Amino acid sequence: MKIIKVLISFLAVFAFISNVQARDQIKIVGSSTVYPYATVVAETFGKTGKFKTPVIESTGTGGGMKLFCAGVGTNHPDITNASRAIKSKEKALCEKNGVTEIIEIVVGNDGISFAHSVNSPDIDFSKEQLWRALAHEVDVDGKLVANPYKKWSDIDSSLPSKKIEILIAPPTSGTRDAWNSLVMVKGCSKAAKSLFEANGKKAKKECAKMREDGYAVEAGENDTLIVQKLASNPDAYGFFGYSYLVANKDKIKAAAINGVKPSLEGIQDYSYPIARPLFFYVKKAHIGVVPGIEEFMKAFTSKKAMGPRGYLAEIGLVPLASDKYKAIRTAALKLETISIK
Amino acid sequence: MTKEERIKKRYNAEKRFKLYGITSVVLAILFVVFLIHVIFSKGSSAFQKTTINVELNFTLDSLYLDPNPSKDDLENVEYYDLAIESLLKVYQVNGLKEEKALINLFSPDYEYEVRDFLIKNPEFINKKTILKLTASDDIDQLHKGNYPRHLPEDRRRINDFQLMMYDKLVEQNKIDKIFNNYLFQKGDSRNPELAGIGGALVGSFFTIIITLLLSFPIAIFASIYLEEFAPKNRVTDFIEININNLAAVPSIVFGLLGLGILLSTFDLPRSTPLVAGITLALMTLPRIIIPCRASLKAVPPSIREGALAVGASKVQSVMHHVVPLAIPGTLSGTIIGLAQALGETAPLILIGMVAFVVDIPSIPTDPSASLPVQVYLWSEQAERGFVEKTSATIMILLSFLITLNFIAVYLRQKFERKW
Repeated sequence: MKIIKVLISFLAVFAFISNVQARDQIKIVGSSTVYPYATVVAETFGKTGKFKTPVIESTGTGGGMKLFCAGVGTNHPDITNASRAIKSKEKALCEKNGVTEIIEIVVGNDGISFAHSVNSPDIDFSKEQLWRALAHEVDVDGKLVANPYKKWSDIDSSLPSKKIEILIAPPTSGTRDAWNSLVMVKGCSKAAKSLFEANGKKAKKECAKMREDGYAVEAGENDTLIVQKLASNPDAYGFFGYSYLVANKDKIKAAAINGVKPSLEGIQDYSYPIARPLFFYVKKAHIGVVPGIEEFMKAFTSKKAMGPRGYLAEIGLVPLASDKYKAIRTAALKLETISIK
Repeated sequence: MTKEERIKKRYNAEKRFKLYGITSVVLAILFVVFLIHVIFSKGSSAFQKTTINVELNFTLDSLYLDPNPSKDDLENVEYYDLAIESLLKVYQVNGLKEEKALINLFSPDYEYEVRDFLIKNPEFINKKTILKLTASDDIDQLHKGNYPRHLPEDRRRINDFQLMMYDKLVEQNKIDKIFNNYLFQKGDSRNPELAGIGGALVGSFFTIIITLLLSFPIAIFASIYLEEFAPKNRVTDFIEININNLAAVPSIVFGLLGLGILLSTFDLPRSTPLVAGITLALMTLPRIIIPCRASLKAVPPSIREGALAVGASKVQSVMHHVVPLAIPGTLSGTIIGLAQALGETAPLILIGMVAFVVDIPSIPTDPSASLPVQVYLWSEQAERGFVEKTSATIMILLSFLITLNFIAVYLRQKFERKW
């Protein structure tokens, strides 16, 4: 019993110490896609010397929102990164826990690249072809069947006669969420959608369901690993954020989607079909409590970072168009909150 | 079957059995050699960094300083102008685009490197000197031969102009490889050439100290009580079974415990060595109690009985005679338990240790990384320079683990008594 008492009092003492100590370091959680950009800004911010370097934890968009909305106070993070906008469910959670004032900042755009080894020839896919290659169930001759396609040429005779082999991100990934909504749901054929609905299922959910028969392989949250696998296997394909394509262009190249290859301009004006905005959210109640949050927002939204010639563009973030940028910069400076109803 | 045939058959069976054994040992050694070869061949280059020689002229003018500046003055000077001008003299360039290409040959920290040099060596004011500034990771990887240069320009991260500058600099002997001090001094960074395991080393150190302080005394008292004083009944049997079970519980479960109790109930700060240390202490406890009890059990009963016979109390016989004899075993058990804790990643992920932390922690309640977590973080980075950094960190972690295990074996061999 003595041992347990000692242990508990030890913990209690530490809990007391840590609660008394105010946090003087910004805490950021959230998306692994925004992580590479946020870390660069944080590092540059820390070097200016006035504030400590923010601590950034890559928890995935969903995990970040859960931590962010858990409450107000220095034990909760100040900022969460997101590779999609905040969902209404998450807003409700925030409101329930007293996090009523949230500032939304769009940091830029990202294009999901569907890439393959540089050693295989250039190729062009439509969204429907990609959906047919990845889906759990597809429509063949007006009936829903388990995905029968084994080779790309089974889907369309213009595609190569090679085995379908796609490395996919796990369901917890924000990139997978974006891929689902931008490719799987959009590429889902009309026939399949109506068939899903006729069977009393939700079309969106069923369209996004991926096959589990070995042609689509889950490769984990590690995008570098996917790049290495693509480099060593010329028949394999995989998808990940644009920054990985930029950093590894000696090993991999992107396939065109609907005839468009990912490029800075294409992602910026959304003419590349799988482009999406990236965000971070700031808890307004923490401004003034944890030092440096306002200055960090200023640094992140500065032209030096987010602008077209900024250092984030160099590592693959696609900058915002100038009118959008101005709006975001004003929101950051004036601390404009979004409605959470 | 004749007698001779049966004997022959038995001999053959024995030979086959030996062969199986040797094959398994050889296979195991091959795997280890292969693993170590891969890690060493990838990681050894990380202990060196590529530098570019830059001539600097620290005139008071270029620094906007008064004569005889104080240390404060030196710290507050803008070194940007001086640094940029010196960099641009390394190679003749025209136009902004080429200037940018030239500046990109250096790490983004050139300004701070110049500043740190002058603050350390103020006697160089008004003098010229040649400084080895850290090169960018692209040049670093190119110079170490890890980056292919015979690719078309659009598939390279270094453009043709930069490649030409690099070749000229090599010709003029301006590019060197020196010991990579940043690897041990600096915290994490997004620039591979500036990233180091300094923060992770300190974080791991704090974590292990807290684990040791918590788990060692508790484990010693628990094992002494259970082995020497506790009555043998159903309750103690139940406790014993549970200690053995706990030692086999996957480490990630302890991470969940840390998340649920330490972070949620006690509100301890996330991503800190304090929480990591407590979590790992819980994980290590049963793993230390088991060898401690074994080494106490190994002390022959005659020692206890001898002490009791000359009038020692139970506590005296245990503390004065049994425990000192069991110490080598308990120490080696503890060290092996700590070595396991040092290499643990899974529970740390749950308590938020997988974070980007640049500042080196100064107290256990500062956010921090740890060595295995640093390996995990760097293995996910897109930049090429992190590949060798990952392997180098594995090498350092392995060398710690091997040293700890070696100490454990040594203690056991040196002090263990046979009866």
